[in-house]
Amino acid sequence: MTTAQASAAKTRIAGTLYRGHEGMWSWVLHRITGIAIYFFLLVHVLDTALVRISPELYNAVMASYKTPVMGLGELGLVAAIVFHAYNGLRIILVDLTGWGTRHQKAMFYVVLAMWAITMLGFAPRHLAHVFGA
Amino acid sequence: MKNFNLEKAGWLFMRGSGAVLIVLIFTHLSVNLLSDGGVKAIDFAFVAGKLANPFWQWFDVTLLWLALIHGANGMRTVINDYVLREKFRKGLLVALVASTALLIVMGTLVVFTLDPCPVGSPAELLPSFCPVA
Repeated sequence: MTTAQASAAKTRIAGTLYRGHEGMWSWVLHRITGIAIYFFLLVHVLDTALVRISPELYNAVMASYKTPVMGLGELGLVAAIVFHAYNGLRIILVDLTGWGTRHQKAMFYVVLAMWAITMLGFAPRHLAHVFGA
Repeated sequence: MKNFNLEKAGWLFMRGSGAVLIVLIFTHLSVNLLSDGGVKAIDFAFVAGKLANPFWQWFDVTLLWLALIHGANGMRTVINDYVLREKFRKGLLVALVASTALLIVMGTLVVFTLDPCPVGSPAELLPSFCPVA
């Protein structure tokens, strides 16, 4: 390889097995959803602990979870949880089965399809609770 | 124990706890967001009514421990990946362990010491099984 070819190969970041493909997006989304869920979990344990202080205080704080903006936030939270759950199952299958790695790309699309189906079931009912009379 | 490897134990824990968390969290979301009223039905009477039942006490405590340890171990990976200044990385890990331990202890105490019928609270804020003062 000439020096020019070597530097061209170095700067071309696409065309690898991983970068920009299903495996990378699976990892990126798993990390982003995981971090988001973690910070909600911290807040959620603290807000639920308010039941130990007084019914009035807990109900007042919970009222903020019932607003339209927070209702949309809950939809995003559930979307993150459902993706993290299904993609986590994909990771388990890749790690623990002999065939998982061979089918990891197909399984990423199965994860996306199952996520879409679950959210189509969840979203209308949740949005009806949030925005309904 | 011979051949015990802490990182391998952590790796296995993420897969084992992840599988259990899918069942626990999907149940938690179904009962709290999909049953009648959804998020708008969550108040002190709803939570205290659930936590008066030993099944939901142990369910919620299991969920609390597994979710916080799973989440904290994930955040440990994220911190180790991105925080390059050694002192700052160590400090964040200490804060992570401390906040996780605090929330686990506090949450467990809340679940097992909650009085569903606190004296002096208006009956309309309490579960229906509370004696009328």
